[in-house]
Amino acid sequence: MNARKSVRLTVKRQSAPAAEPYWESFDIPWKPRANIISCLQDIQCRPVTAEGKDVNPIAWDCNCLEEVCGSCTMVINGKVRQACTALIDQLELPIYLEPMTKFPTQRDLQVDRSRIFENLKKVKAWVPIDGSHDQGEGPVISDQTRAQRYVLSECMSCGCCLEACPQFSLDNKFMGAATFSQVRLFNLHPTGAMHTEERLEAVMGEGGITDCGNAQVCVEVCPKNIPLTESIADIGRQTTLQTIKNIFQK
Amino acid sequence: MVQRRKKVIIIGGGLAGLSAAMKLCERNADVVIVSFQNLKRSHSVCAQGGINAAVDAKNEGDTPEKHFYDTIKGGDFLAHQPLVRDMCHQAPAIIHLLDRIGVAFNRNEEGRLAFRRFGGTLYSRTAFAGATTGQQLVYSLDEQVRRYEHDGMVERLEWHEYLSAVIDDQGVCRGAVLQDLRTNKIFTVKGDVVILATGGPGQVYVRSTNSVVNTGAAATTAYLQGAKYGNGEFIQIHPTAIPGQDKLRLMSESARGEGGRVWVPRKAGDTRNPLKIPEAERYYFLEENYPLYGNLVPRDVASREIYEIVYNKSMGVGGEPMVYLDLTHKSEEYLQDRLGGILDIYRKFTGDDPKKIPMRIFPAVHYSMGGLWTDYERDSAGFIDHGSPRNQSTSIPGLYAAGEADYQYHGANRLGANSLLSCIYTGLMMSRAVINFSDNLNKSYEDVPSTVFEQAESQWVSRFKEIKQMDGSENPYQLHKDLGDVMMAGALIVRDNSTLEKTVASVKDIETRFKDVKCVDTNNWANPVPSFINQLHCMIELSKIITKGALLRDEFRGAHYKPEFDLQQPKNFDPYEYIDYLERKKNGEEVSIYPEGHLEYMERFEANNKKWLKSTIAEYKDNEPAISYEDIDTSILTPRPRKYD
Ligand SMILES: Cc1cc2nc3c(=O)[nH]c(=O)nc-3n(C[C@H](O)[C@H](O)[C@H](O)COP(=O)(O)OP(=O)(O)OC[C@H]3O[C@@H](n4cnc5c(N)ncnc54)[C@H](O)[C@@H]3O)c2cc1C
Repeated sequence: MNARKSVRLTVKRQSAPAAEPYWESFDIPWKPRANIISCLQDIQCRPVTAEGKDVNPIAWDCNCLEEVCGSCTMVINGKVRQACTALIDQLELPIYLEPMTKFPTQRDLQVDRSRIFENLKKVKAWVPIDGSHDQGEGPVISDQTRAQRYVLSECMSCGCCLEACPQFSLDNKFMGAATFSQVRLFNLHPTGAMHTEERLEAVMGEGGITDCGNAQVCVEVCPKNIPLTESIADIGRQTTLQTIKNIFQK
Repeated sequence: MVQRRKKVIIIGGGLAGLSAAMKLCERNADVVIVSFQNLKRSHSVCAQGGINAAVDAKNEGDTPEKHFYDTIKGGDFLAHQPLVRDMCHQAPAIIHLLDRIGVAFNRNEEGRLAFRRFGGTLYSRTAFAGATTGQQLVYSLDEQVRRYEHDGMVERLEWHEYLSAVIDDQGVCRGAVLQDLRTNKIFTVKGDVVILATGGPGQVYVRSTNSVVNTGAAATTAYLQGAKYGNGEFIQIHPTAIPGQDKLRLMSESARGEGGRVWVPRKAGDTRNPLKIPEAERYYFLEENYPLYGNLVPRDVASREIYEIVYNKSMGVGGEPMVYLDLTHKSEEYLQDRLGGILDIYRKFTGDDPKKIPMRIFPAVHYSMGGLWTDYERDSAGFIDHGSPRNQSTSIPGLYAAGEADYQYHGANRLGANSLLSCIYTGLMMSRAVINFSDNLNKSYEDVPSTVFEQAESQWVSRFKEIKQMDGSENPYQLHKDLGDVMMAGALIVRDNSTLEKTVASVKDIETRFKDVKCVDTNNWANPVPSFINQLHCMIELSKIITKGALLRDEFRGAHYKPEFDLQQPKNFDPYEYIDYLERKKNGEEVSIYPEGHLEYMERFEANNKKWLKSTIAEYKDNEPAISYEDIDTSILTPRPRKYD
């Protein structure tokens, strides 16, 4: 099925956050069922460029290799996605690998995505329980609500939606679709809903929901098919109601 | 007694580490939680199928005692019974807690928890959140820990690597040596207790169902520092994985729990499209050989049967070492709702849609029943004394272990959906032990001379300097692959002593080649190579524990299968005969009343247990694992032969 003998990978590299990026190419023997990860592993075993130069192996993040941890997100042939599910036979050659651009590069394909987690703190993305001791069964939740929550809860904080978003940049405070969707997730839980107002207030300030330019690309790149634009619309509605409520309460 | 908030350093942000962090914050401790990557990206996210608790939601008569019995039997009686019993009794409360913190568990018509079947039991005991249960549990616990972080009680040191414990002159653990994986700076943190919740060691075999960081290096370092390592040779091989170049991805047992059937064509080498092969020409070997449990026999049994089919009978699909796992008789909607996540994985990585065509699967290294030896205390009534500082303590005071990194919950073979439970159970249960240990310390880490910490740090600084200077001819990543090949060839599903002897020697060869490694990157910023070389060293040490333990254990128990020592259970044997036999023997009654061959079998079984029903303990001496055996607590259920047909 595949006449390819070898695969060329062209990688954007950078030795440290402040260093200048540069490109290097590698030729790797074709193997059945290979993905970007297995190619990067092959380079680790033989870190030699296409020109025959010995170099450092490429630094990249990965862990689960089955698209549930979100670690190995990078830009592959111009598209942000996970490297583990990027099968070589389904990619156009040569393959270009770049780090995500909306997060500070640490080294080669590694970036620092702490901002995503800081935002989760800002919107109190948790269910405020009273204590972890036995307090009996949890609240009754219909399976429909569960299904709605489950889809949102599959968000791996991988950052694809933020990378693709025209509004989200290295130097602004925009929270982005992933964060708004988590607000929706927790507002949908009977106990989580007790913090609804605080969560909404958090996305009504700077970098919040009103900064969304409605480009709708987030939903296209989400590897988990999370209905991000629905979440944005829903949180938009919730915050509007909250604004009205605030006017009457003041 | 220390009069301030306790300070606990938790290494690992999988389910064990996160639950320990949450509970310890609740008990007012200051927590530092350390992990290679963001906690949310820990290996526990891989768990697909679910988590066990005998809630009896389907009115099948399930009870925690039955869960206990299934777990002990599934583990071929090698687990510590009081602990397992406690875990099974706590399980329903744990599930309800997880539900309360927002895990999106599937639900029944009434909006309460739904349960499914898993291997090794006849009850619907497994709660699940779609096909990504582990991910959902990690997220919910991570959120609780984030909440405490928001309140200033937790410090997250993500992108940090644990290198070793700091141990003072009295042999007490006083903190940890860490490396910042960005700046590559090595430093120490002081604490009352260090908890290793660092997961399993699948990377010793290179290609397994495990994540990339699962090298077992943290636990192995503890062993190198003097901690006991238990039951290392018990490595679970999961019967159903998807072959791949970088990883053998799991096809969860839940696929069989939801009705998946395992088969091969009756005619070896049949090349027809599987959908065209009529029912009568399919060999559903698990269903035929195990009418009672069928496709849901425990994992060790299923893996051996598949091995038998593809290697000894050469009946693998298309002549390759693979069998079919078939779900095509179920409706697409049902499959999407119940198993969507894992079926997507199969489709994404193979290009085939398992809703339309049977999957091709093969066994893969999956889980380590063994791990750091940990202690516990039972009270006079035989229950676990939850206040005892001994619970989950390793043999180094002040160093604790939890989750897959410990050793005593799953015996010789773990049942599906019991690991997530044991991770969360240990994480929660150990909190009082940790607090009480800290309370009882007669000297606090503040009073430990600073030289203890300085020495620990400088030792690692020079170790890494040495590693960076390694300039031999071996690429460390290639050497790791070679180690994996050695382990796969010699210490997998079927084991025999002559192969194991060769494997022990081959690991030695790898150890020799390790001295000739080249550090292929010598940068001082975010350089993963020196860390990896250190981890590789640990993996070699761990391979020695696994292979030597396997070589010495001359019996067949659970995942440790040596055909030569199979006790040959008679076909028509009933395990209760053995209980009867023991009773008669005790009462001095006649024992020659059993069907032909049964008495001899029971005598063999009894003698074998006398010799081998013990934990394997490895201790690091003269660069080798010194192996000894320790009695286990079997005071509740009499060990007896296993049978699943
Ligand atoms: C594919 C798959 C599916 C599974 N499905 C199920 C299932 O359905 N049900 C079930 O019960 N079990 C299942 N299991 C088993 C279960 O997932 C694991 O046993 C369990 O998640 C282990 O959790 P843990 O908390 O002990 O460790 P892990 O989740 O492995 O976490 C270890 C943590 O330690 C950190 N760490 C390790 N070493 C260091 C170090 N040196 N420095 C810093 N940090 C370190 C890691 O970064 C990580 O945060 C499955 C396993 C696999 C592989």
